[in-house]
Amino acid sequence: MYSSPRSKWLGLLYLTPALLFVALFTVYPLTQMIWVSFNNWTLISPPKFVGLNNFTKAFSDRQFWVSLTFTLKYTAIITPILMIGGYAVALLVAGNSPLQRFTRTIVFLPVVIGLGASSLLWYWLFAADAGFINTILRDLGLIRTPILWLGVNADVSNFAIIISVVWKVLGFGMILFVGAIQAVSTEVNEAALVDGASGWQRVRSITLPLTLRTILLVTLISVIGSLLAFDQFYIMTAGQPQNLTATSVFFIYLNSFPYLKLGYGAALSLILAVFVLLFTLVQMLATRRSHA
Amino acid sequence: MSTVTADTAIERAAMRPGLFAAFWQGRTKYLLGAIMIALALIMLLPIYATITASVKLPAEAAAIPPTYFPQSFSLESYAKLWDYQHGLPRYLFNSFATAFLAILFTVLLTVPAGYALARFPIPGKELLFVFLLTALIIPYQALLTPIFLMFAQLKLTNSLVGLAIIHTAIQLPFSLYIMRNSFEAIPRELEEAAVIDGCNSFQLLTRICIPSVIPSIVTIALFAFITSWNEFLGALVMLNKGEMFTLPLVLAASRTVNMLGGTDWGMLQAGVTVSIIPCVAVYLLLQKYYVSGLLSGAVK
Repeated sequence: MYSSPRSKWLGLLYLTPALLFVALFTVYPLTQMIWVSFNNWTLISPPKFVGLNNFTKAFSDRQFWVSLTFTLKYTAIITPILMIGGYAVALLVAGNSPLQRFTRTIVFLPVVIGLGASSLLWYWLFAADAGFINTILRDLGLIRTPILWLGVNADVSNFAIIISVVWKVLGFGMILFVGAIQAVSTEVNEAALVDGASGWQRVRSITLPLTLRTILLVTLISVIGSLLAFDQFYIMTAGQPQNLTATSVFFIYLNSFPYLKLGYGAALSLILAVFVLLFTLVQMLATRRSHA
Repeated sequence: MSTVTADTAIERAAMRPGLFAAFWQGRTKYLLGAIMIALALIMLLPIYATITASVKLPAEAAAIPPTYFPQSFSLESYAKLWDYQHGLPRYLFNSFATAFLAILFTVLLTVPAGYALARFPIPGKELLFVFLLTALIIPYQALLTPIFLMFAQLKLTNSLVGLAIIHTAIQLPFSLYIMRNSFEAIPRELEEAAVIDGCNSFQLLTRICIPSVIPSIVTIALFAFITSWNEFLGALVMLNKGEMFTLPLVLAASRTVNMLGGTDWGMLQAGVTVSIIPCVAVYLLLQKYYVSGLLSGAVK
């Protein structure tokens, strides 16, 4: 019924709106970004071709390296926490008892909350005097004077923000791991149980190897997400102190919008896009393999 | 100390063998249960804190140190939020309207496209599919600068339609993928039977195919809603007029401003609560669709 000569055109007709949309709002901006990155452009003055100037400028810009290093540091710290934590929780709640399903729902809940809202929530929890974190630490006798969590010291701010993001996205990895763990056939597990394998042995020699592809995939999704971090830093530290907590996307945002250095912003965007693309390609290779 | 405890435990066990033995045998189970309850409590604490702070009297919400259990009950923080700048109704309208448009665009674009990709013998189909997934290889954060330039010319900055277009572009690859797969999953026999019964191709789409993919449409609508409702950076870049702000923008802007130069914590947490409610509500109602979408969209 889809083989008549007319149906080829009908199919194309159904596809056209999406093709136009993607051409207009994804592919065209992409080419535009590449073109703008070779120009100096401030919206007020017309674009002026400057060759690779924006790129050489980026590599000699101190803030470029500060932002890149800080983003990598953030990614390097948060990724293992999310993966190991998410997997541990997934093992804990992968069964289907009511308590396990309940815990699953609760741990996943913050994932659907916006990063903006959760950052504002934690911005308050980490507030030096009105926040609960310092109050709890003081009531437990762990600190005497309030800790200035946000915007005073880059590492302390990073630590606080990582806690807030772990709360927010731990459930994402967990739910994908639960899916993978549940897909491990119960027969394999039962056979191992009959052979006298302990719980930990079964996790190590059956569950982990059989869910390795999901682990790899979730790691890459999480790494890419962390490399693109913005909301939580914009809201919780605004890049303070001295732009030391301004992530790469934050740095692009600052140049493109408040400063309106559009050519420079586009060049930085392009560098970031290529950097992230490397991770995306690995992710796609892993995805392709999972079809086989 | 521990030997004493252990000895007492053994004595007790000797006194009530049945009960203690049952506990001791199931000790791993109880321990894991306790860990799960503790975990769920920790995850819920921030939400408990924000909701209780939002219904304290403003003075109590601003108290130093904060009170663990609310000593007062008042909706004054919500009243303040209601009248904040252009008013909460305005911001709610902006957020809901943008999300509604994003859902509409996503569904209107990806349902026919998914159908076409799943069923029609279009020349160069694989290539067109890859073209449609371009957004997967380029983060939208990197595209915002050129999109801003384009929207400035098209008069789409400070426009909810413009923002909804960005949210649609973010959601498009995922939604298209889900729709294509679910059209592919319709048994061909079902369509053949309909054709024999005299359905034309349009009736085939509206009477047979679309009804069979309703769950997937719910899934993509749900994801489009949550993405759009929560999205922050695109809105920050595209909107600079206060009356066009979405909820996350106005809340972020309010975090540092009140008459004393400090933060109105009660009102801020009222705002956080308001922006959390729709997401949590649709998640709890449509959890099945959400989790299935995540599993098929992210891992396959």
